[in-house]
Amino acid sequence: MHAPAVRLAGVWKWYSGQQRPAVRDVWLEVRVGELLAILGPSGCGKTTTLRLIAGLERPDAGSIEIAGALVAGSDRFIPPEGRGTGLVFQDYALFPHLTVEENIAFGLFRLSRAERRQRVEELLRLTGLEPYRDRYPHQLSGGQQQRVAIARALAPRPSVLLLDEPFANLDAELRQRMREELRRLLRELGVTVVLVTHDRDEALSLADRVAVMLEGAILQVDTPERVYHEPKTREVARLLGQANFVPARVVGAVGRSDLGLFALEEGRNTAVEQVELLIRPRDVVLEPHSDGLGVVVDRRFVGAEVVYRVLLRCGITLETSQPPSVELAIGDRVEVRCNRARLAAFAGSERIGLAALLERVHRSAADSVRSSGPRDEAPAVSEAD
Amino acid sequence: MRVRVSGPALEQPVVVRRQWRAPALDELVAIVIALIALGPLAYLVWRSWQGSENALAALQHPRTVTLLLRSLGLAAAVAGTSVLLALPLAWLTERVAVPGRRALAILFALPMAVPSYLMAYAVVATLGPRGALAELTGRVLGIERLPEIYGFFGAWLTLTLVTYPYVYLAVRASLRGIDPSFEDAARLLGRGRLATFWSITVPLLRPGLVSGMLLVALYVLSDFGAIAILRYPTLTYSIYNQYRLSFDRAAAAGLALLLVACTSLLVLGERQWRRRAAFFRTAGSSRPAPRARPSVWAWGLAGFGLLISGVALGLPAGVALYWWLRARRLGEVLPGVSESFVHSLGISLAAAIVTVALAFPVARAIVRGASRLTRLLDLPLWIAYSLPGIVLALALVSLSAQFLPILYQTLPLLLLGYALRFLPEAVGTVRAVLVQQSPRWEEAARTLGLRPWQAWFRIQLPLALPGALSAVLLVFLTTVKELPVTLLLSPIGFMTLATMIWNATADAYWSHAALPTLLLLGTGVIPMAFLSWWEERSVRRGREG
Repeated sequence: MHAPAVRLAGVWKWYSGQQRPAVRDVWLEVRVGELLAILGPSGCGKTTTLRLIAGLERPDAGSIEIAGALVAGSDRFIPPEGRGTGLVFQDYALFPHLTVEENIAFGLFRLSRAERRQRVEELLRLTGLEPYRDRYPHQLSGGQQQRVAIARALAPRPSVLLLDEPFANLDAELRQRMREELRRLLRELGVTVVLVTHDRDEALSLADRVAVMLEGAILQVDTPERVYHEPKTREVARLLGQANFVPARVVGAVGRSDLGLFALEEGRNTAVEQVELLIRPRDVVLEPHSDGLGVVVDRRFVGAEVVYRVLLRCGITLETSQPPSVELAIGDRVEVRCNRARLAAFAGSERIGLAALLERVHRSAADSVRSSGPRDEAPAVSEAD
Repeated sequence: MRVRVSGPALEQPVVVRRQWRAPALDELVAIVIALIALGPLAYLVWRSWQGSENALAALQHPRTVTLLLRSLGLAAAVAGTSVLLALPLAWLTERVAVPGRRALAILFALPMAVPSYLMAYAVVATLGPRGALAELTGRVLGIERLPEIYGFFGAWLTLTLVTYPYVYLAVRASLRGIDPSFEDAARLLGRGRLATFWSITVPLLRPGLVSGMLLVALYVLSDFGAIAILRYPTLTYSIYNQYRLSFDRAAAAGLALLLVACTSLLVLGERQWRRRAAFFRTAGSSRPAPRARPSVWAWGLAGFGLLISGVALGLPAGVALYWWLRARRLGEVLPGVSESFVHSLGISLAAAIVTVALAFPVARAIVRGASRLTRLLDLPLWIAYSLPGIVLALALVSLSAQFLPILYQTLPLLLLGYALRFLPEAVGTVRAVLVQQSPRWEEAARTLGLRPWQAWFRIQLPLALPGALSAVLLVFLTTVKELPVTLLLSPIGFMTLATMIWNATADAYWSHAALPTLLLLGTGVIPMAFLSWWEERSVRRGREG
């Protein structure tokens, strides 16, 4: 078993003159070779966490290990130059008085001239910066600057690469392209990466695992799929995107909601009578139906899809994204079907388990035995437990 | 993998002691330098405490009130006139497309390179009783008496001519910083050109106007040379006399404290006002304001500006040239200047280098240090800033005579005097350079394996070098023309251009001051012109880039 690439144990950090800790009791392990994204709103302490790992900040409590070696904690503090981490700053921090080549070679001063030359060439080739080697940072575009920053950080072969909001300074189109490029590059090299971002799409699409951070604390660390669909708390659910909570009544092991009947998996907490199901905008399909339980109250065209707001019988307004083929008008009655087998069920602010849908939308009594249509993509009903 | 989500750690808070971090070595250096800057003031307080009877007697003397009112009145008059001169000239060079705009912009600022005592010499040697104009008019027209130049009128005229550029530069910078869309918005809301100027532009210029006026007021309150030559007794002059004429220095110290109280109140007041008016600050606009086509008025204004700066620069040069040629014609033997010239250049260069070297750790600590440290360094700096040269010199002379006789009357003490006098200015310049350096650069160098001092040498120093050089040049230019510190702290027999001019004017040997004046003007004005040209260019570049 490898030692983890980075290990934070009970790390706290206060900035002077501030009431709340910037980082509170963070426990985190980054596995060798993985790309871990720390996701959170601005000011949640994610950049501080990165700076703590890099050694640019000193933790007030707790310990930090890099590749099994203690670098901070119990009266020990290795300064940044002794840690072997590579950091790509949000504003890139390219040295303005050095060329692209000199910037990349900056951390290679321990190598011989020939080795240095070779390593710089390798990185120039890898990042496609060969034509720009003699340029100064201000002569480069944003995307090129970012590539230089990454090349410079990778040059000394760091044991872990830290990326601080790497795409924040790029415009939307370029961001998409650079994200793809970076993903390819990092996979190719197999480096361990910790990436900090407030952009959930970025975190979900790039990361092997996502650590969700709020107010200095890490709330959940999981695969992108799980943090999205099975968040541990309501805050996590909200941080990862539009979240609708549909109330349901539970009797025994079976619950009833406007989305249909369901069974509580892992339903340990049988005392709970009221739960709420987490519905993401794309988790439901809308179909016009005169007896439907929902009424379209708002329609917003956003290009690739249409966002409908649907008022349910229970009083909740559901925000859903539908493909353009779904054409509804405000005031239309719709049937709301769920296209996911399992939904996260919440009681209070915590997730208590998963709910497996047993039956789709409950309509009027006369219709309740209607079989599902062929276009229905709802997955097979799975039994509870 | 282990992740503890909230959980017990929050309910049983870990006892975390935030440790007091001892200041690092470079921060300690900064603190020591700042403390030395407090030395002169501390001495003055101690000295007047020791001789409190005499100090109180001097302060309670009815004449003191007159002196104080004269100082304040002159400062107010000069500051007010400077605004009247500077505001239209700044507007002209920033907002009107007058031909030769850039050259005019530099020319209008150049009079600040002329030291006040030199201007006073020029005024007296022209308009004074035995001056050039009197001689001419006497010979040609038979008029022997000209209007009285000594007193308030001469002091006001002289000081206005050399200080209006401070307001002019501050207003220009503010004008450049105003986002033109404010004015556009006012025009779109139906205000005319003039109404927009009064209701939008002037309020936005207020911070620049106030800080320019503060500079002028401080200059006038601390000025010694011009006031002495023009025989308008104010506080500074009487401090000098007290020190010269009486054996007891407590009286001088008491008056000096009164003057420091005035200047520091001004500085403090401006800071307080600026803090309240923070919303006036406008972001540097990327879009330059459009420049109007020059009207008749603009041409008139340009002519007026040319006249003012022409008089301010031409009068000293012309007068010096006149007296020099006259001396040559009459076969007068003039004292040699080469030794004083070398002294002036050498001591000023040394002072500039020492001052900027001292300013570096202080500026660095202010820019990078914790906020507590920044606040700590702030106080001694603004006290040093509001300490008039004559007061500083007086304190250092007495201090060294009493406690450090090894230093008394030596060049190192003179250097220390210069360094303390111009430290705030140098810190300001170096700080502006260091602020532009992203702290990320240093951090990036650290994560790439460099130790702090290596990062400093490879990143910060090379990037700060051009700025540090211009700071050295700036301090050099102000030191060359400095008078009171030079006068009081120079070792006996150590003559500079400034002291030569002072001695010659004191005895009304106008011709003896001629050559030093020409040299001093040359060393002051020419590099200043280059420096402003350079700055002008970089501002323009920054805007286009």
